[in-house]
Amino acid sequence: MTNLFNYIERPSLIHRLTGATKLVSMLLWSFAAMLTYDTRFLAFLSVAGIMLFFVGKIRVKDVSFMVGFTLAFLIINTILIYLFSPQHGTQIYGSCTYLTEWTGRYAPTAEQLFYQSNYILKYSATIPVILLFVCTTEPSEFAASLNRIGVNYRIAYSVSLALRYIPDVQQQYYEISKASQARGVEMSKKASLTKRLKAASNILIPLILSSMGRIETIANAMELRGFGKLKKRTWYMARKFRLQDYFSMLISALLLAAALCLNHLNNGRFYNPFT
Amino acid sequence: MKDNKDIPVEFSHFGFKYTAQQDPTLYDIDLCVRKGEKILIAGPSGCGKSTVVSCINGLIPFSYKGEMSGSLKVAGKETSGLGLFEISQTVGTVLQDTDAQFVGMTVAEDIAFALENSCVIQDEMKKKVLHIAGLVNVQDHLHFAPGELSGGQKQRVSVAGVMVDDVDVLLFDEPLANLDPATGREAIELIDELQKKTGAAVIIVEHRLEDVLWRHVDRVVLMSRGRIISDTDADTLLCSDLLLKAGVREPLYVRALKFAGVSLTPEKKPADHELGCLDENDRELVRKWFCSVKNEAPPKRTKPLLEVKDLVFSYEKRNKRALDGISVTINEGEMTAIVGTNGAGKSTFSKVVCGFETGQSGALSFDGRDLSALSMKERAEHIGYVMQDPNHMISQTMIFDEVALGLRNRGAGEEEIKKRVEDVLKVCGLYRMRNWPISALSYGQKKRVTIAAILVLKPKMLILDEPTAGQDYRHYTEIMEFLTDLRSQGITIIMITHDMHLMIEYAERAIVFSDGRIIADDDPAAVITDRDIIKTASLRETSLYRLSESCGIDDGTAFVRRFIACEKEERRSDDKPL
Repeated sequence: MTNLFNYIERPSLIHRLTGATKLVSMLLWSFAAMLTYDTRFLAFLSVAGIMLFFVGKIRVKDVSFMVGFTLAFLIINTILIYLFSPQHGTQIYGSCTYLTEWTGRYAPTAEQLFYQSNYILKYSATIPVILLFVCTTEPSEFAASLNRIGVNYRIAYSVSLALRYIPDVQQQYYEISKASQARGVEMSKKASLTKRLKAASNILIPLILSSMGRIETIANAMELRGFGKLKKRTWYMARKFRLQDYFSMLISALLLAAALCLNHLNNGRFYNPFT
Repeated sequence: MKDNKDIPVEFSHFGFKYTAQQDPTLYDIDLCVRKGEKILIAGPSGCGKSTVVSCINGLIPFSYKGEMSGSLKVAGKETSGLGLFEISQTVGTVLQDTDAQFVGMTVAEDIAFALENSCVIQDEMKKKVLHIAGLVNVQDHLHFAPGELSGGQKQRVSVAGVMVDDVDVLLFDEPLANLDPATGREAIELIDELQKKTGAAVIIVEHRLEDVLWRHVDRVVLMSRGRIISDTDADTLLCSDLLLKAGVREPLYVRALKFAGVSLTPEKKPADHELGCLDENDRELVRKWFCSVKNEAPPKRTKPLLEVKDLVFSYEKRNKRALDGISVTINEGEMTAIVGTNGAGKSTFSKVVCGFETGQSGALSFDGRDLSALSMKERAEHIGYVMQDPNHMISQTMIFDEVALGLRNRGAGEEEIKKRVEDVLKVCGLYRMRNWPISALSYGQKKRVTIAAILVLKPKMLILDEPTAGQDYRHYTEIMEFLTDLRSQGITIIMITHDMHLMIEYAERAIVFSDGRIIADDDPAAVITDRDIIKTASLRETSLYRLSESCGIDDGTAFVRRFIACEKEERRSDDKPL
C-alpha cells in the first residue's frame, strides 16, 4: 500500500543531514520559490532541485505516485487559472501581445503564456525539495525536527504518531471493506456506482468508531508512560548539527536572500521581459 | 516509611462506581501486593478485574471518572492524591493491545519513550535502551518498525517500554489475549524471568488460568461480580470448587484428576504442572478412569462441501507465497479447526475462500459449484465469515439494526427481519439488550453481535476467525455450545484459532497450517499429542498429555479423546449454558 511519508533508506549526503536541517532548508527553499516569479531564478531552483535528487539517490520511480498526484493537480490548476483569469498575464506585465489573430477574452497572449509557465516553474522549483525531504527524512526524526524548530512537542509528536498509525488505518480500511462485502453489501462491479459509493461510506463508520477507541487506548498508553509530564522532552533519535548541516541551512538562507534581492531589483515579484 | 517500599499497592475496603453506571463495579476490595510478589488476578468478564487494573495504574480517577470509597495506596500514598505520572513511576502497565501501546516508530524509540518524557539525556537513554532490550531479548531488532515484528516481539517491546522506568510493580492486562499458544507460553516464561531479575512485583490479570500457571505464581486472586472471593495460593484454590463457581476454567489436567476421583489436597501441589507430588494411588485412579471411559471415535463425514485444489496465493509486493499449494476437502456438517502460527496462512486461506482475495491458481468449489464465478456477496450467501475483531464488522449504532443489516441488504420484509433477528439474538444471549446501542457493549458482547449478524443470514458454512478470543469460560462455552448446536442443524463450521482447548474440545478435525502449507489434517486429539507438529506449528501440547505420560498411559491421544468425551457428558448433564 502507498504510504505518503515514504522514507527510502540509501546512503547519501542528504540522508546524513539531520532532519531539522532538512526541514529548515526545505522551508527556506520553498519560501524563496514562493516569493518570486523571477523566471531565471525559478529555472535555477528547478534544475538545482532535480540535481539534488541525484545527490540524494532518489529515483523517479520511488516517487512516481507523488509526482503523478502533483502533476494532475498542476494540470487542473493551470486550466482553472486560464478559465478564470485569462488576462492575468497582461495585467501583470502591462502589455498585451496576442499570439494569434483572435483577440477575445480567451485569446492566448504571450504574457499569459509566460505567466503560466512561471507558475508551473514555481511548482517544479518547490516540489522536488519537498519530495526529497519526504524521502530522505526518517519518520522518527521528523517529530524531533519539528520540536527543534520550536513546534510544541505535543503537536510534533501527534504528527509523528499519525504517521506511525497510517499503515494500520489503511489496513483496517481494507479489512472493513471486505467485512461489509461479506455481509452482502455489494461493492463488486455487479452493483451500480451509487450503491457502491453508499457502501463505501458505510465502511467509514466502523473505521472512525474503531479509530476513536484506538485513540483513547493510545492516549492512555502514552500517559501511562509519562507523556506530557514535563514542559520539554528529549528525543532518542535527535542528532547533533554538523558542519554540513550549517552549510546546507546557510545556502538555503542565501537562496531566500537572493529571492528577496531579485524582488527588489525587479521592482516587484515579477521579472518582466516584455518592457 | 519502610512499609511503603514493601507494599507498593494496597487496597482496603475499596469500592468504585463509574459515573456513567448505576451500580458500583467494585465492592469492598482488600488486596495487598507485597514487593517481589507475583499475583494472578483471575475472574470472568465483567467481574471487575479490568477496573482493578485501571485503579492500580491511575487511569482511575485520572482518565475514567467515578466515585471511589475506601482507600487505595500506591507506594504508600493515596492514589487520589497522586498524579498519573507519579503513579507511573511505581506501576508499569502492559496493555492488552500491544499494537496501541507501541507508540514509537521503531523498537528503540518505543523503549525510550518514557525516558524521553523524563528528559533523560540521549547518551544515557541509548545505554539504558540497550540494556533493557537485552533483558527482553529484542536487542537485534532495535531499528525495526512495529509492522516488522511478530505479536510476541511487540509484547516484549511493550514490557521493555515500561521497565525502563525501574518500576516496582509490573501490571499485565490480559497478556495472552493476542498470542499464539507457543508465544503465550514464552510470554509467561519471560514475565517469570523478568521478575526474578528485577525483583519487581508482578500482577497478571488474565482469565486463562492454566496458561499463567505454567510458571509459579505466589497468589491467585479470584474475582466475581466486583468482589474478591478468594485470595490464596494456586494449590489451595485448585483443590476447591471456587473456580467453577466463578466461571473460570480449571486446568484440564486438574479436571481430569477430579474426573478420576483423585482427592486433591494442597500438599499434592496441583498447581505444578509437572505433577511431581501425586502418589501411586492417584496415578492408579487415573489409569482406572482411563480404562472405564468409552472411546468415542469422531464421526466420519463423507459428503464434500468445500473442495480446494492446489490453491496458490501471494500478496502483492511479497515474494513469499502465503498459500503454497493448498488442497483440502471440507465435508458437510464438519466442525473443523484451522490452527498454526500467525502468518502461516490460516486467515489468508479463509479470505480466499470467501473471495476477499483471489488466488493466483488452483480451484475452489462449493457444493459442486465453481466458486470463482461468484462475487463476494454471492459467496456470502453460502459461506458466512465472522472476523476476529468485532469492531471491524459493526457499522450500525443499535444492536438490532446491526444484526438486521445483512437481511435488509437482501431486501427481506421487516416482519421476517424482526422474527429472524429476535430469534438469533435469543440464541446469542443478546435478546435482553436488543434495543441497546452497541457502544454500551463489552468486547465479548460485540463479538456475539457480529456472530449473530452473520448467523441471521443462515449460511451453509460458517468461517469464524478466533470465535472466542477475549471471552471468559462461560461465554466461551456458550458460544461453542451454540456453534455445536448450529452444526447439529447441518451447518458446516470452520474455526481459525489459537486456542488449543477449543480445538481439542469442539473440533472433530484439525487442519494445521505452517508456512502456507497444510502439515497435518487429523483428529485434534492426535494433532495435539504429536510433538513434531506441535513444534513446527508453534502449538502447545496439552497438559492432559503430560498427565497421561506421568501416569504411564502410552496412548496419550486416546486419553485426550476420553477426557473430552467425559467433559461433554458432564456439560450435557449438569449445566445447560444456554
